[in-house]
Amino acid sequence: MSCEHYMIRQISVFSENKPGRLAAMAKACQEEDVNILAFSIAEADGFGVIRALVDKPDIAYEKLTSLGFNVAFTHVIAVEMKDEPGGLFEIASKLSEAEINIEYSYAFSGKSRAVLILRVDQVEEAVRLLLHHKFTLIASEAIY
Amino acid sequence: MRCWDPRIEEMPVADLQKLQFKLLKTIVYRVYSFSPFYHKRMKDAGVHPDDINSLEDIVKLPFMYKKDLRDTYPDGLIMSEQEELVRYHVSSGTTGKPTVVGYTRNDINNWTESLARGLTSAGLGHGDVIQVSYGYGLFTGGLGLHYGAERIGATVLPTSIGNTERQIELMQDLRVTAIACTPSYLLHMGEVAEKMGVSIKKDTFLRKAIVGAEPWSEQMRSRIRESLEVDAYDIYGTSELSGPLFCECECQQGFHVWSDLIYPEILDPDTQEPLPPGERGELVVTMLQKDALPIIRYRTGDITAIKDDPCPCGRTHPRLERLSGRVDDMLIIRGINVFPSQIEHALLGIPEVAEHFMIEVDRKGALDDMLVRVELAREAFSDKISDLMRIRRHVEKVLKGSLNVQVSVELTEPGTLPRFEGKAKRVIDKRLI
Repeated sequence: MSCEHYMIRQISVFSENKPGRLAAMAKACQEEDVNILAFSIAEADGFGVIRALVDKPDIAYEKLTSLGFNVAFTHVIAVEMKDEPGGLFEIASKLSEAEINIEYSYAFSGKSRAVLILRVDQVEEAVRLLLHHKFTLIASEAIY
Repeated sequence: MRCWDPRIEEMPVADLQKLQFKLLKTIVYRVYSFSPFYHKRMKDAGVHPDDINSLEDIVKLPFMYKKDLRDTYPDGLIMSEQEELVRYHVSSGTTGKPTVVGYTRNDINNWTESLARGLTSAGLGHGDVIQVSYGYGLFTGGLGLHYGAERIGATVLPTSIGNTERQIELMQDLRVTAIACTPSYLLHMGEVAEKMGVSIKKDTFLRKAIVGAEPWSEQMRSRIRESLEVDAYDIYGTSELSGPLFCECECQQGFHVWSDLIYPEILDPDTQEPLPPGERGELVVTMLQKDALPIIRYRTGDITAIKDDPCPCGRTHPRLERLSGRVDDMLIIRGINVFPSQIEHALLGIPEVAEHFMIEVDRKGALDDMLVRVELAREAFSDKISDLMRIRRHVEKVLKGSLNVQVSVELTEPGTLPRFEGKAKRVIDKRLI
């Protein structure tokens, strides 16, 4: 599979840092039957960015935009990591050796696996590198 | 109480009015004959200098607005040849274009004399050490007070603005007895001094302050007296009129406006009808002796009232009450005039944000703090926090550049700020003055 398959469209939502914004976004997703697989909130003095992997990104985008949210798509990669000490190190060290910078990252750990979601400065290089080192990347088709 | 120039300051009112009429007649003939701007204005209004036969006839003359100074930038209103000018001052404009004021030697002299009378009436003079903590430069505050203080024989400490700790050290070391600054800065100095372990009351010789350039109140006067044991005197003036010009006398019941220099009118801002003494309205100013930049019936936008009852100090000139507001939406932030339209204008040049905005002014400690909320443009959102921070810093920098005031910016979501039909109310002023 080519690199594009592993480049997952994440939705990012610009949000003022005030009560009710996350609830409003989550409600919109519920109404459209959009499932949120993973999300994070980054905060910066007065405003924040909500980032989420969802199963229906286009529907989520349309719905949130129609509600007045400022929404953008960003390509991220999702890589499985071993749910044990050293799991994160394996991935981070490979990226570091290749001088690929992680702009931000978040993770979730489920019953069957732990997944690291990465936003890096060189997406294609990172995908190739991680595949080369036999990591399991999650394809976008598996999500939406 | 001692006068700087008793002959004029104690002149009988009838004589002052005769003098005013003579000066008015002279300046009206002069502008009609030599200023293309005034000539046209007066023609359009159908008024000729011969129609001015009493002081009351001044109402026949057309008004002048801040806009006229802007529209004639840089020197369309300046009547003197450039080689006759000894100085320029420049104030920031409401929509990017500044206003330029030129001064002949005579203009500087009248300005200085006006302040010499005012500072003397506040009980200052030879032997005082006066710290001038207004900005020096294009702003009129610093140099204006500097000249006035030197004229009365005081020793001037020209600290200008900034570096408060150093200002306090110098105040102590050089035995400063009076300071000229904004009232909020004076209170701020008190707070900083306290942190430095210095008591303005006990460790300095400061006893008087000449404060202005921003709104203040009788409560602030009491606060300054109680916390610093400093007696604060109001001062008034704007760059168009020369700069800070008039200062309260020791009776502290408004500032004397010298009848040989200025003819003030108070108008109902809506009907433009004259209001009697004691009633508040818009101050409209005619400067009676200005050479380079004549000012005739200039709408200051400031709200005040004339007091023409005799002042216990013995000076015969009327007084104006402390300003109580503006007829327009002008804000005064740390002594600097800010119009919301300036912000609107500046935002138009920044594609990353929309044109909607709200201003919130508060007083953090003793100093003003201005927050501008703007909506992030949809196209400008990129998911990276660093990009958003960069946009915010950029907006702050652009606003600071155009307003000359430190501004904090908050990015908000598109469509969240209020929209206005008709007159916009973009300012939330939380300051307790």
